[in-house]
Amino acid sequence: MSTLVKARIEVNGTVREVEIEPRTLLADVLREKCSSKGTHIGCEHGVCGACTVLLDGEPVRSCLTLAVQADGRSVETVESLAEPDGSLNELQSAFHRHHGLQCGYCTPGILMSLTALFRTAGSPSEGEIRDFLQGHICRCTGYQQMIEAALEVSEHAESEHAEAEPAGTEHAGTGQ
Amino acid sequence: MIGQPLPRTEDLRLLRGLGQFVDDIDLPGVAHLAAVRSPHPHARIVSISADEARKMPGVLGVYAAADIEPINGIWPVHLPHKGLRAAVERILPTDKARYVGEPVAFVVAENRYQAEDAAGQVEVDYEPLPGSGTWQRSLELGEAIHPGNPDNVAAHVVQRTGDVEASLREAPHTLRETYEIRRGGGHSMEGRAVAARYDPSLGTFTVWDATQTPHGARRMYATCYGLPEERFRVIAPADVGGGFGPKAQRYPEEMVIPWLARELGRPVKFIEDRYEHFLTCTMEHPQEHVVDIAFDDDGVILGLKDVFYSDMGAYGTSLIVPTIAGCTVPGPYRIPNLHIEFTAVFTNKVPQSAVRGAGRPQGVYVMERTIDRIADYLGLDPAEVRFRNLIQPDQFPYAVGLTFRDGSPLTYDSGDYPELLRKGLELIDYDKQRELRAERRAAGVYRGIGISVALEGVGLGPFEGATVRLETTGRATVILGAPPQGQGFQTTYAQICATYLGLDVDQIDVVTGDTAMIPYGTGTFASRVMANAGPALATAAGEVKAKLLESAAALLEAAPEDLEVSNGQVRVRGMAEGVAITEVAQASNVGRPGISMVKDMVPGLTASAYFNPERAGYSSSAQVCVVEVDAETGEVEIVEWVAGHDCGKIINPLLVEGQVLGGIAHGLSNALYEEALYEEDGTPLTVSYLDYPIPSAHEMPWIKLYSQETPSPLNPLGVKGAGEAGTLCVPAVIASAVEDALRPLGVRIRECPLSPAFIGDLVDEAKHRPDASE
Amino acid sequence: MKPQGFEYHAPQSVKEAVELLGELGPDAKILAGGQSLIPLLNLRLAAPEHLIDIGRIGELRERRRENGTLRLGAATRHAELLSEPEIGDGCPLLPLAARYIGHPQIRTRGTMGGSLSHADPSAELPAVAVALDATMVIRSVRGERRVPAGDFFVSFLSTGLAEDELLVAIEFPVTGPRAGSAFGEVAARAGDFAMAGAAAVVRVGEDDRVTDARVVCTSVGDKPVRVPAAEEALRGRTADDAVLAEVEAAVAGQLDPGPQLKVSAGYKRRTAAVLARRAVRQSWRIASERTA
Repeated sequence: MSTLVKARIEVNGTVREVEIEPRTLLADVLREKCSSKGTHIGCEHGVCGACTVLLDGEPVRSCLTLAVQADGRSVETVESLAEPDGSLNELQSAFHRHHGLQCGYCTPGILMSLTALFRTAGSPSEGEIRDFLQGHICRCTGYQQMIEAALEVSEHAESEHAEAEPAGTEHAGTGQ
Repeated sequence: MIGQPLPRTEDLRLLRGLGQFVDDIDLPGVAHLAAVRSPHPHARIVSISADEARKMPGVLGVYAAADIEPINGIWPVHLPHKGLRAAVERILPTDKARYVGEPVAFVVAENRYQAEDAAGQVEVDYEPLPGSGTWQRSLELGEAIHPGNPDNVAAHVVQRTGDVEASLREAPHTLRETYEIRRGGGHSMEGRAVAARYDPSLGTFTVWDATQTPHGARRMYATCYGLPEERFRVIAPADVGGGFGPKAQRYPEEMVIPWLARELGRPVKFIEDRYEHFLTCTMEHPQEHVVDIAFDDDGVILGLKDVFYSDMGAYGTSLIVPTIAGCTVPGPYRIPNLHIEFTAVFTNKVPQSAVRGAGRPQGVYVMERTIDRIADYLGLDPAEVRFRNLIQPDQFPYAVGLTFRDGSPLTYDSGDYPELLRKGLELIDYDKQRELRAERRAAGVYRGIGISVALEGVGLGPFEGATVRLETTGRATVILGAPPQGQGFQTTYAQICATYLGLDVDQIDVVTGDTAMIPYGTGTFASRVMANAGPALATAAGEVKAKLLESAAALLEAAPEDLEVSNGQVRVRGMAEGVAITEVAQASNVGRPGISMVKDMVPGLTASAYFNPERAGYSSSAQVCVVEVDAETGEVEIVEWVAGHDCGKIINPLLVEGQVLGGIAHGLSNALYEEALYEEDGTPLTVSYLDYPIPSAHEMPWIKLYSQETPSPLNPLGVKGAGEAGTLCVPAVIASAVEDALRPLGVRIRECPLSPAFIGDLVDEAKHRPDASE
Repeated sequence: MKPQGFEYHAPQSVKEAVELLGELGPDAKILAGGQSLIPLLNLRLAAPEHLIDIGRIGELRERRRENGTLRLGAATRHAELLSEPEIGDGCPLLPLAARYIGHPQIRTRGTMGGSLSHADPSAELPAVAVALDATMVIRSVRGERRVPAGDFFVSFLSTGLAEDELLVAIEFPVTGPRAGSAFGEVAARAGDFAMAGAAAVVRVGEDDRVTDARVVCTSVGDKPVRVPAAEEALRGRTADDAVLAEVEAAVAGQLDPGPQLKVSAGYKRRTAAVLARRAVRQSWRIASERTA
């Protein structure tokens, strides 16, 4: 057996310390040791996107990330999205109303990617939304209803922004 | 409630990542299974040595065929068909491996990483044999994949009606064409998954199985283990990540897991990964159809003969896919003389099973391409040729003259196909599209219009059941044997129960897929559940309501027919006061110990009902699309797409749209993207998504949906099925549009899928033909 | 599947990294973004005994532009190629091609150095590096050496890197004014491996005639293929239809790809030539300011 490594990973605001074989994937650590069963594994080669989480705010494949690479970093998973009282956030609520999910297996990854998109792009267009979802496969829905859900959130953000004071808008960089 | 587009109650847990898929279920002490899998498509298994593997860290056991002998008997044929020659299938093969990935031994370890490490150390001595990756090669292989089938033919089936030879002889026109359609796997985002625990105190097994058919699994366990069915509780969890057909089959890992749990005294689970899904999860294999069509000057079809080959993979427990494909060919058209003949052939690939569409897309492809060919030959509009041949709304029930997979004569129950097509043409503005096409062609753009109409047999028997219980809390529980994999049963069946019982939708809990909760069930596949479980539930709910009213009548000293249910109460119509449902339930379900019930009170507000349809019903769909093809690169852009469905009475239109859209995406993947590739000997070449494209939201165009409802006369709810509706038209409509787009180049589309490379090569060939125009 | 076991090392500096490489060489693989390597590990197609994670080495993420050269650390992420104005202004071809690399979620982690060292013949960046006349900066315990991109790619998944060498930076001559770049590829889906692709950079003089050009195709052999005959066909001329037809013919004439799964050799050759023609046309139009 190889030398174990330690990793200190902040998951949804809580710091977890794990000692694992270095080959252990972040997806497995999240599921097995961080009570985040919501992160699903669909392919283990980085194409289906079901395992997508936010690493320091950026969407990554947790199946293509060794847990040890997340040492000292913060991870956000689908369990972090709901409001503090447990109710659905705006994106989740839109998915619910538009029937943007069926079996729900690919959904957590898609929600995390869209969460990252909305943080950087405020009110993305349909094309931008579809581009960002290139990296996700859903076999159940055909995507159209989830695009409607995302567009609703986007349009709402746009109208909110139009009403607000014209202050400068920060766009978080995607560097690092 | 029926007919309302209610958002789903399932979403509340799924959106928060709180779903409970098999791999999420907490089973303390659970051990993990990995398999030792054949690297050869066809090889004798000479010996297996597990000595090194057993010593590896974390290993709890290594099991070859000899080690599981008590449960390793031959499996019964799934759907016996008098034409099917027997094929052997056991949990682990004792003689040879017949496809790459077939398990030859199992390893159980503390975690999956260690189980895979150990599996890599099991030494298997193989003697490779000639293998076959195509039905053509199998017929000439000279090596029997199964003993007793020296030519590797699994079955040969012929169905006829009328006199097709005469029609071909006498018709003014005949054409012959060959079509090859290659579909792929299910690729549910959750792979197969099964976990089991043994309780020695009860001698029972509890199995969590991401299956579409829990009662079928239980039956197979009983058969393999030689134990009564009651010893097995099989639960398809409320959350299963897609099914699409392959999860309705039985698998070696599924069958061995409970036994291992008993052997090891610990829960054991198998979570299929994507690589295993590619190699070992059943799928549809290629079909090649040679079609002869007889028609007159008006394009009216006089006779059709289809002789086709169906690649079965390495084992053939049923003939569903080719049988359905053959029965689907005539589709919505009047064809008096038919001859449908197929030969099912074994190959050294994973066994074939139905995948969303179940052979129907192939049948639709054949028929729709043929109609387009007739139109092209006669210089008629393809929509017009369809109208001239479509079955008319006053011709139901319409007997095709063939026998369907359910053993009954193929008979269409209801529909209005001409109207469905007409609506689609109107929605896309067919005349305007023809003008646009002419304009774009003049500008050198390859633009085309495609049309397809398809029927889907739904609501197959034998039966499905439902139990309804009105609880003392005032809530109702619905228990269904058929489990969901994302279709929203928890919501739609609550809607049906609410309608027939008189409660609100949010007071109803739906429990599914647990063999301990309902004794008999067939399962979720072939778009059958709504047309079976829906009527069963309506009956059961109606019976419970009647009992509720009788018991309430006893308490209120009124007549049941004067009572109504609303707002958690039962009261006399028009009166304000009544009795709370909770009170009636308490009195009926519990009573007071030792004390007689009030006169006329009914004990137990519960009922079960099973519904068995006389035969399958038929949903219909029609699609029209417009594409532009980049003739230099072969890339296809979909410019417009309208898709219509008629699924009978609709319980929840929001969810039905989801089913249709999802089906369309799957069909589009078959039409332009996914293809399973193999070497000549059956070695798979596509084993990951890096080589097997499934469209994302980026590839999907916007689809305009429309619908109509012609209720089914086969059940009191008038419901049909919608799970596969979207898929069936797609490979045909895309082929139709692409061929139309490339008509100036004389390109003919006879295959599926149409990748850019395939189209690019066809265009290049056409340009270099001696008779090429321009 | 799950990876086989390995020993894990996380050097904090380039010096430490190359020392480790020097020691472990053939038994080690470099982990940069992991987007190419970890799928191989997960499928057990690669099973190195040691993994050297260079993700914490700050020097590898640096970038600077000076004296007409844009120097990017090997750990520059694909996403940065798209988002950092400094990069897009210096070498527009980089963001134009980066759009085609995988998916957004891959681009957050995948690195330029990783992609170049992996040298998959259907990747975008190797062809781009050749088209931009990039120089690979390589270090080992034996010191530093510099290799032109045109010489760096040897064969299928194989570069000029020795077992103990690490790619630390890539230097690009800034593209400059009166130049245009374009990239195109055909893939089964957006982000998938290209079936054929082409990169073009075209420079023009005052009279819009081409002074210099680069035409490089990807996914048509075991490494990027530059087509000097196509570049020659452009020199001193404007990219009108007749010249573009010559460019296409030159590319089709030189390429000799093999088939790949069901993509025929003929398709790759013809399509790469078409994409090259389109990329050259687009580049020339940008260079001569004929586009908005």
